[in-house]
Amino acid sequence: MRRLWITLTYIVFGILLIAPLIKIFTGAWEDGLQGFMDALTRPQSLHALMMTGIIVVVVTLINTLFGVMLALYLVRAQWLGPKLKRLLNSIVDLPFAVSPVIGGLMIVLILGPNTVIGALFEDAGLKIVYALPGMILATLFVTFPIMVREVMPVLQEIGAQQEEAASTLGAYSWYTFWKVTWPSIRWGVIYGVVLTVARSLGEFGAVLVVSGNIMNKTQTATTLVYQDVENFNVVAANGIALVLAAFSVGLLLLMEWAKKRKEVH
Amino acid sequence: MHIEVRNLNKNFGDFHAVKDVSFDIEKGKLIGLLGPSGGGKTSILRMLAGLEAPSSGDIVFHGKRVNDLPPQERGIGFVFQNYALFKHMTVFDNVAFGLKVKKMPKEQIRERVMYLVELTGLKGFEHRYPHQLSGGQRQRVAFARALAPEPQLLLLDEPFAAIDAKIRTELRTWLKEMIERVGITSIFVTHDQDEAIEVADEIMIISKGRLEQKGSPWDIYKNPETPFVASFIGESSFIDNISSLRGFESAAVHPETKALIRPEYIELGKPGEIKLASATMPATVKHVHFRGSEWMVELMVGDTKLITYRSLEKDVLHPGENVSVLLHRAYLFNDSDSWIMENPLKVDPMPIHI
Repeated sequence: MRRLWITLTYIVFGILLIAPLIKIFTGAWEDGLQGFMDALTRPQSLHALMMTGIIVVVVTLINTLFGVMLALYLVRAQWLGPKLKRLLNSIVDLPFAVSPVIGGLMIVLILGPNTVIGALFEDAGLKIVYALPGMILATLFVTFPIMVREVMPVLQEIGAQQEEAASTLGAYSWYTFWKVTWPSIRWGVIYGVVLTVARSLGEFGAVLVVSGNIMNKTQTATTLVYQDVENFNVVAANGIALVLAAFSVGLLLLMEWAKKRKEVH
Repeated sequence: MHIEVRNLNKNFGDFHAVKDVSFDIEKGKLIGLLGPSGGGKTSILRMLAGLEAPSSGDIVFHGKRVNDLPPQERGIGFVFQNYALFKHMTVFDNVAFGLKVKKMPKEQIRERVMYLVELTGLKGFEHRYPHQLSGGQRQRVAFARALAPEPQLLLLDEPFAAIDAKIRTELRTWLKEMIERVGITSIFVTHDQDEAIEVADEIMIISKGRLEQKGSPWDIYKNPETPFVASFIGESSFIDNISSLRGFESAAVHPETKALIRPEYIELGKPGEIKLASATMPATVKHVHFRGSEWMVELMVGDTKLITYRSLEKDVLHPGENVSVLLHRAYLFNDSDSWIMENPLKVDPMPIHI
């Protein structure tokens, strides 16, 4: 009986995780190295990978900065009432609860070309929806809770006393942050960065709605895979997917390492 | 540093943690804030440090109101209950922190840190991290770190609470000596009366946010001003009907008067052991407990229970045995007043001069 369960578990694990990876790998090489390279060097592939790259970098930067700041305010700020803190704390989780497609739709509804705000920005020469800024916004929306949720528990655990001790020793907030708080939350932040990168690399729904998926303009790697599959260009789809998967595996390894460090400190 | 506190109040939402506390502290004194846990002692300390803003009232250092000064500018050192050492820094860097903030030259920092490390007996441990130190060593690091920037006032929050009992007594003496040597005005918080009595020049008893009494340990012990102080210091027996005890019949003229009697105010002997037989009353032994260096004896005088101690040198008592008891004095109080009453029968009614 026990053997049966163990075998079953391995089968499920294999079908769900290993088989797709193998399939992506063999699929990408179906036409040999040349086919794989051709799929990757198509202009739309290069453009899509570049878009994904830009989104990942910008989103990770913004998310790290504001995520750490929000976590600090939610845990430490005394000028926020406890009720307001609780409210903000639950709002932070909203993107986890809401489907990314709905998140994207909200951005279209608020900032789309037919709305007041959207028109205002467009007059100023800044296109948001169906352009890069909208895609960044959508990805930010989806990944925002990650950093906050990684850093908040660490801050709560280390407590405010070390920071208070620094203040009685004459250090002001900036110095205290870099010398006392940062070394303690560092590994939490790195873990958050890895997760944010992974999530924004793979984001599909929200970006699809906001970008309009225009080839060579607003197409990301994931939406290109989607389009290739739609067009029965399976080898190309597998090629791009393989690149994304390789990245993700690399990130996973990095995450394991960061997690270990996080536990040590 | 001379410290004045006037009508200090602190509210946390609906909770009134500190109620109208006023006191003065002279330069160079070592003060103990003593009281039960949750009584507002730590809040007072944190307000002095500037880590908590008072709801009302003034804090004056050296004649200058410091309410609006942040902790960075108050010239204080703070030792936290759990030391709050910077755990990613070595002992050296911990102690040097306050000096680096001041941007002192490297050579001077080194000199001052090494001086403090030596003073606190941590020589050879400079390159260890806090998690590689014992509780007592961590406490010394916290102390050295707080002293490094040469503060005018040292605040210690339950400095010995996290240390095991045997080392605690050792550290107490060490800390008292150290503070005397440095000559810095210091205030420490404790809930342990032995600690306060042993270490402090002066004790302030805080209960439920109020300052009950301020004075030298001996003063507080001898002349407690409120029933709370009388019951908190020492392990007193609480007596409902004091007028039923021999020598204190006259207390009945004040209605509703109750009493607290300390173990050391009660003399206990087998019949005939106490010389002043006329002042004694009979009692029965209810329980005896061995307390390491003496016996704790529970006595019943009628319905009244008394607690006292008996030396191990004397005959061992057994439960149910009849003994004589002499009450030397009692702390009496009612709703409006409190006073100490000596047993009038102790003055021998028929002195015989030879």
